Amino acid sequence: MSIMTEYSILIGGKAGDGITQAGQVIGSLFTSMGYHVYIYVDYQSLIRGGHNFCILRAADKPISAHRSGIDFLLALDQQTVDLHAEKLNDKGVIIYDNEKVRAKGQGVAIQAIVKKIEGKPIMANTAVIGALCKIAGIPWERVLPVLTKKFPKGTDKNLKIAKEAYASATPLFEIPVLVDANYPLFSGNEWIGLGLLAGGLDAYIAYPMTPSSGVLHFLADVAEETGIIVYHPESEIAVVLMAEGCAYAGKKTAVGTSGGGFCLMTEGISLAGQAEIPLVIVLAQRAGPSTGIPTYNAQSDLLFACHAGHGEFPRYIVAPGTPDEAYRFSAEALNKSWKYQILSIILSDKNFSEGYFSCESLPESPVAAPLTSPSFPYERYANGSDGISPFLAPPYHGEIIKVNSYTHDSAGITTEDPETAIASVKKRLAKTAALAAETDVPDAVYTAGLIGCETVLVCWGSTRGVVSEVAESLGLKIVSPIVLAPFPKNTFSDAIKGSKTIILVEESTSGQLDRILTSEGFIVHKKILRYDGRPFLVEELINEVLRVQHGQ
Amino acid sequence: MASDNTLITQAQNTWCQGCGNYSIQHAFIAVVAGLEQEGIPRENIVIVSGIGCHAKIADYLKLNSFYSLHGRTIPVATGIKMANPNLKVICFAGDGDLYAEGIAHLIHAAKRNIDITVICHNNRVYGLTTGQYTPTSPYGFRGKSTPLGVHEYPLNVLEVLLSAGATFIARGYSRRLPLLKRLIREAILHPGFAHVDVLQICASFFNVTSVYENLVYEREEKNSQSFDLASLAAREWNYNDDTKIPLGILYKVNKPSLPDNIQPQTNERMNVIRSIIERA
Repeated sequence: MSIMTEYSILIGGKAGDGITQAGQVIGSLFTSMGYHVYIYVDYQSLIRGGHNFCILRAADKPISAHRSGIDFLLALDQQTVDLHAEKLNDKGVIIYDNEKVRAKGQGVAIQAIVKKIEGKPIMANTAVIGALCKIAGIPWERVLPVLTKKFPKGTDKNLKIAKEAYASATPLFEIPVLVDANYPLFSGNEWIGLGLLAGGLDAYIAYPMTPSSGVLHFLADVAEETGIIVYHPESEIAVVLMAEGCAYAGKKTAVGTSGGGFCLMTEGISLAGQAEIPLVIVLAQRAGPSTGIPTYNAQSDLLFACHAGHGEFPRYIVAPGTPDEAYRFSAEALNKSWKYQILSIILSDKNFSEGYFSCESLPESPVAAPLTSPSFPYERYANGSDGISPFLAPPYHGEIIKVNSYTHDSAGITTEDPETAIASVKKRLAKTAALAAETDVPDAVYTAGLIGCETVLVCWGSTRGVVSEVAESLGLKIVSPIVLAPFPKNTFSDAIKGSKTIILVEESTSGQLDRILTSEGFIVHKKILRYDGRPFLVEELINEVLRVQHGQ
Repeated sequence: MASDNTLITQAQNTWCQGCGNYSIQHAFIAVVAGLEQEGIPRENIVIVSGIGCHAKIADYLKLNSFYSLHGRTIPVATGIKMANPNLKVICFAGDGDLYAEGIAHLIHAAKRNIDITVICHNNRVYGLTTGQYTPTSPYGFRGKSTPLGVHEYPLNVLEVLLSAGATFIARGYSRRLPLLKRLIREAILHPGFAHVDVLQICASFFNVTSVYENLVYEREEKNSQSFDLASLAAREWNYNDDTKIPLGILYKVNKPSLPDNIQPQTNERMNVIRSIIERA
């Protein structure tokens, strides 16, 4: 393994100190110097006080995990030093507010600087960024354009504060510019939002719920320039039914939520199954059951997503593990929902949704095949090929368009006739089969590592980044299904061919992918599970893999 | 106006003899036919029904329809209207459906003044599930789930709607057909959230025709923009006692409604995405 050029930065303070924002600004500084950036955001369910921190990792190759060591510890409060100083690498440095914090390192007169420039208290984070840039040896000419862009409000004061802090600090490092590139940096939620836009999104409806709200906020911000409808109604029940009303009227619509809200949506999910309404749900998991640990992670809703809603009907579930997959597969979720008139779920989680990821290049978004033209006189549930009925939205002169939550005939009129009931089941089965055939393709499963390697690490979703690094450093293979329903059995089977030990890494108590793999006839030999809400660190997971490999 | 048979499907009608649903359907068909003559084509109408006896109207009418879930007509209708403001979206809901399971949606629809019409088939009992109390059943109602009598006073839904901000509130009665037609027509043409509570009997489980015949009267509507007078009118009958029951439009005002008809920008999507990424 080649030695990476990489830096880890931890910035910590209280809620309300602008820690996440500071992380993004530092992230943009690094991407502007050609680095790949990943930011893990750790915060508590409160608005003021407590302890928030971000760990930013910048490297010369794509990464989406963090390591245990820290090169720069930026402390806006004492707790940051008390909790994280032990993670400091040998040459690491603590940069701290010299009025509020006692530490060894470079104290910065943050409070005095903010006071002198007459800035707001939150601008302390700008001061610490200024000091970091000087200590890291980043020339002011590089810092200036990034700060100007990232502080569109109060630009003047922020720049003055940053420059004052910059001038007061002493350089210790010389962080080089890597390449002349500037990779875009967005949160997972934003990458999902961009993918939905690329897929032709017309409307996004959501009720706020951590960690999915980032999609709502992002799309609400760009609603005007994109011309999409963004709406926040009274509950997740209203959300899912409004979305189905929008889709009936021809708008490509998505919704977003987390576990509790998803529970409320389940009757609407069944409705979409029966009435054959295209519906896309962004499901960002968090630690449950119930309110759980709302701002921390879990991958424990996979089986729920696979089975949510009463009755039997097709669904397409994807769990992106990288920003480009979030972009591509969110667009694909819309395409599949509209092609088959079914439910699609984009399965994310706290760590993916609220983490920030740079992306080397924007992937091509999949182009949706044109929908089949209807024939007239129109019947909403006319049997087409693969059980798909041509779609038509009202108004259409001379035709009526009826959708129905009851079992219905081809015109959409309620029926209890057994023959028609069987026909409507077969229609759904035909769609399920066609969808499965179309989605069991190499694209559906990410693989990397040595061909013929006997040990395979299996993961899905947000653990991709850490498992990739661990697989690479231990010389193992990684297999990570992106499409989870219909499960791409043939592709997965090809991917693990020749393996002797399959180790599943998952943030749940039971290893839910194991249940799916077992039902498909695969055997998972070992499981590495985590359920404290925190992400795996690279070094921790290496130790865990070595431990289970040696049968402990 | 004679019934327009071109608006009736082949579906077999299974409402009980004497059910008030027939009158509501008849009145609505007449209104649709009238609107069509005034330039609102029938394909621009979408009806949304809940689940219950009332909801079968979705099967019976040859119109665009979304036969939705119990209590959920309003969010579905809201989505349709937001997606295409040119559509006239009318909810048909039952009192159990709308005032129990769906009450939150009703309050918020009134609050946001979404430009849809809600017609509640209020027979004050669950019919399709064979006779349980609903939010508008009288105190002491003996149903299958409350054999000793229900220990709840009914909800005065018109007061609730006034408090929530509805801009058109009316009460009809299935046996006053000319009035019912007028109320439905005005509700559909009202620019904002319009609610028509239609009293009807349930021929099988709550037949109170003689009570309604004694108590209902058509009120004067000339001060219908007054919130205070509307409040008094809403309180004349509390859905429980044997006091006079006012029919007609209780309240009608104009306020900004949703959707707001602002023409969205239509920039080329990939150009917008690139611009979002570049400025990040």
